[in-house]
Amino acid sequence: MNPSAQKTLSVKTLQINGKDVSAREDQTILDVARENGVFIPTLCNLDGLTPVGACRLCLVEVKGSRRLLPACITQVQDNMEVSTNTETLVKYRKMILELLFAERNHVCSVCVSNGHCELQAMAQKLGVDHIRYPYLYPKLAVDASHDRFAVDHNRCILCQRCVRVCDEIEGAHTWDVQGRGTASLVITDLNQPWGTSESCTSCGKCVQVCPTGTLFEKGRASGEMTKREFLPYLTLMREERV
Amino acid sequence: MSKARIATIWLDGCSGCHMSFLDMDERLIELADKIELVYSPLVDAKEYPENVDVCLCEGAVSNEDDLKKILKVRARTKILVSLGDCAVNSNVPSMRNPFGVEAVCHRAYIENAQLNQQIPKQVIPPLLKNARPIHECVKVDVFVPGCPPSADGIYYVVTELLAGRMPDTASKTRFGA
Ligand code: SF4
Ligand code: FES
Repeated sequence: MNPSAQKTLSVKTLQINGKDVSAREDQTILDVARENGVFIPTLCNLDGLTPVGACRLCLVEVKGSRRLLPACITQVQDNMEVSTNTETLVKYRKMILELLFAERNHVCSVCVSNGHCELQAMAQKLGVDHIRYPYLYPKLAVDASHDRFAVDHNRCILCQRCVRVCDEIEGAHTWDVQGRGTASLVITDLNQPWGTSESCTSCGKCVQVCPTGTLFEKGRASGEMTKREFLPYLTLMREERV
Repeated sequence: MSKARIATIWLDGCSGCHMSFLDMDERLIELADKIELVYSPLVDAKEYPENVDVCLCEGAVSNEDDLKKILKVRARTKILVSLGDCAVNSNVPSMRNPFGVEAVCHRAYIENAQLNQQIPKQVIPPLLKNARPIHECVKVDVFVPGCPPSADGIYYVVTELLAGRMPDTASKTRFGA
């Protein structure tokens, strides 16, 4: 995982859903769960990017903690007792997904990413077949000023994958987030049209990691935007050179 | 066994869900032995009857007429099914919502009209503030997302309901399917 961790790491033992598992001390609950074949739903998390705990979909219960903890940014501790599939969690996960749908204008049928969208797939997987909360129907812009790419804010779930990949992998830090709460927006440079950004290298990494149809290649019609998985390869190559 | 009384209605949708219903092809003949289609754009009944067992509802609730219809359907139907994304999440019809009724009507009837530029005041039912999913207006019993849901999905839902079971729609269809 973490290439700088050459020093010896101690081993922690803990329980996930009643089963004993062991982990390196620098691992998160999500890492360990995945290693042991335990499913925890995630949206903002992406292997190869620093986890930020933005979407809260990965919440788990830890005995002794009154709060639910996001598995992607919670490090393991000795004797932790983690539950990943309680009634409360199932309920909250659905709520979180429904709120994401209610917050923006997600119209799957006409979206470039229809059939390849992580939000859409997660809704089906977790059995979200309708949204119980009132839709906000915000009036949001589409910025098509870039030569090759466009951003449709109606579909953004503010996972910040674009921000992180641009900063951590490409090194440009073109993307950022402005505003608070539901009024937050991803922006390029100093909140200017993407096409006028001086830092953007047009590498397209942000487009490839966006879980929804927010960032897409121009010229794609409904359902035509498929994404490539390039991060595992890039991170592997970089680790080998350390 | 007496036949189940089935209805379908068409609110603010493109009729794609009804087309998908017809795409059940020869399975319609099999269903015809078990159901009586008591009201639908596909049959001639003029008034929505009482005591309907299942109504498949296509489309969002977008104007005053849609609202009147769905209230009547709810009052006279045991199992109300939101069929397709427009019914379930208001889908494409909801894309007007961020702009407001006035701007939308202006665009449609004034800016984009070559003749008779005027916003209709009669015959055409007035738009509601928002195009809404059916469950925001009345209680919905079964949700079948999809744009449109596949014929297989609809067949599954109808046959499960006829067998007295609640269908597990997530296994067959999804938003945008
Ligand atoms: S644009 Fe895409 S990658 Fe960036 S925050 Fe929004 S959903 Fe996430
Ligand atoms: S995956 Fe953990 S908060 Fe998003």
